[in-house]
Amino acid sequence: MNDGSPLAPAAAPARPSVRRHHWIVRLTHWATLFLVAGMITSGLQIYEAYARFGNRGGPFFPSPFDDTRFPQWSRLGGWLAGALNWHFALMWPLVTVGLLYLGYLVGSGEWRALLFHPRDVRGAIAMAQYYLHLRRDHPPQGKHNPLQKLAYTSIYLFGVLAVLTGLAVYKPVQFGWLTTLLGGFQAARYWHFWIVWIFVAFTITHVILVFVVDPASFRAMLTGRYRGRFPSHD
Amino acid sequence: MTEEQTPRRQDAKTPRLDRRAFMTLGLAGGAATFAAACGWDGGNVLRPRLLDISRLNDWVGEQVLFSSTRLARTYAPAARSAMLPSYFISNALPMLENPDAWRLRVAGLVQRPLELSLNELMTMPRVTYTVKHHCVEGWSAIATWHGVPVAAIVARCQPLAAARYIQFVSFDSDYSNGWDMASALHPQTILAYGMNDNPLPPAHGAPLRLYSPTKLGYKLTKYLVAMTFTDKRPGGYWEDQGYPWFGGI
Repeated sequence: MNDGSPLAPAAAPARPSVRRHHWIVRLTHWATLFLVAGMITSGLQIYEAYARFGNRGGPFFPSPFDDTRFPQWSRLGGWLAGALNWHFALMWPLVTVGLLYLGYLVGSGEWRALLFHPRDVRGAIAMAQYYLHLRRDHPPQGKHNPLQKLAYTSIYLFGVLAVLTGLAVYKPVQFGWLTTLLGGFQAARYWHFWIVWIFVAFTITHVILVFVVDPASFRAMLTGRYRGRFPSHD
Repeated sequence: MTEEQTPRRQDAKTPRLDRRAFMTLGLAGGAATFAAACGWDGGNVLRPRLLDISRLNDWVGEQVLFSSTRLARTYAPAARSAMLPSYFISNALPMLENPDAWRLRVAGLVQRPLELSLNELMTMPRVTYTVKHHCVEGWSAIATWHGVPVAAIVARCQPLAAARYIQFVSFDSDYSNGWDMASALHPQTILAYGMNDNPLPPAHGAPLRLYSPTKLGYKLTKYLVAMTFTDKRPGGYWEDQGYPWFGGI
C-alpha cells in the first residue's frame, strides 16, 4: 500500500527498508546543524556589542530586539573577540558543507526531488488545504510534497542570503557593490540578523514535523535507511 | 497471525530506536548548550586553533580581498552622523602637557628618520574626505576627516627594502597598532589632524590620529607619537587580546 497516503491501513505488511540518504547528505545535514548552531550563538554574542540597526545617532531600523541581551546560554565566545573568532572560523566549514551538499544534489540529480518548481504551486495549495483540514485526502506525492520542496528550496536560498549578507558586513569596502546592493552596511546587518530567526523557526517546525508526521525519517537521516510510509523516490 | 504481528513489532520498535537516537541528539545539543553557557572561547585547546584560523583570515583579507586601488565610498558632508563615539584606554582623557613640543617621530627601518611638527604635517599634501566609520562592535557613523596621506610620509622617510610593517604608537597608555605596508600606502590612509572642518578634538585623538575607511576603528591609532617601520609584524592593544590583526573591511 505504498501509495504515499498517511491514511494507509495500519495492517500493511512490513515495509521494506529503502536506502534513502547518501552519506554525503547525512554528513552535511548534521554538520550544518552544529555549524549553524555555532554561527547563531556566536552571532548573538556579536550582536550584543551594538544591539540595534542604523548609523550612530539614528534613524534606526524597526526591530523588537533593540538593546536586547540574549541569555548567556545562547551566546558563544565569552566576549566580542572570542565570538568573532568562532564566527569567522565556522564560516569556512559551513560554506564548504553547503557547497558539498549542493554539489551532491547536482551530481546525483536528487535536486529534482527538492527544487520547488512553479508547477508545484497547485500541489502546494492542495497540501496547505490538507493541513488546514480544508481537504480530507492527503494529496499524492513523491519523495517530498510541494510544501516540503518549498521549505527545502527556500531554506537553502536563505542560507545563500546569510552568506551574502555576512560578506557585506564582513568586508563592506572590498564587497562594496554587494553592501550597496543590500541597502548598505546597517541594512545588511539587519537582514543577516533576521535570517537567524528564519533558521530557528525552520528548525523548530522541521523537528516537530519529523517526529509528528514521519518519525522513521529521523532514523533515515542517521542510518541512511528508511522504513516509513512515504515513497523514497519520485 | 505472525504476519500481522511482525509489522506491529516493527512499528513498535522503530519509535523506540528513534527515541534513543533523539536522546543522543539531545545530549549532543545539551553539550553544545553547556559550552555556550560557559561563554566558551574555546578553552586552552581550541582557542589557539581559533586564533590560527583568524591569522588565516588575516591572510585572506590582506592577500586576496584587499585592493590597494579600491576606494571606500565617500559621502557629502551633509550626510555626517549626529555623533561618533570615541574611547581611550587611559584612566583620563589623554592630553599633551606641552602641545608645542609634540613631534611625530618616524623611525625604524628608514633611510631618513623624521621628526615632524603639526605645522610641518599641515604643509604636506592634504586629503579631505567624508566616509563611513565601521566599528568592530557593529556600529557605523559618517564623519569628515582632514589629514596627510601616510604615503606622503613614506615617500619622505624612504623605508628600507626590509620594512614590511609600520607600528603606530600612541601616548594613550600602551595603545598601539601594527599595519601591513599595503594598507598603510592605500590612498585613503591618512594621518588626520582635522575632523568635521575643525581641529581634531582631544576625544578623537588630538593632535594626530591614524585614519582609514578601509579598516575597523580599533586599527586607527589615536594620540599618535611615533611611526616605526619594522620587518616583524607588530602586535597591538586589541590585536594581542584576540581581535583580528588585519582588521580590514
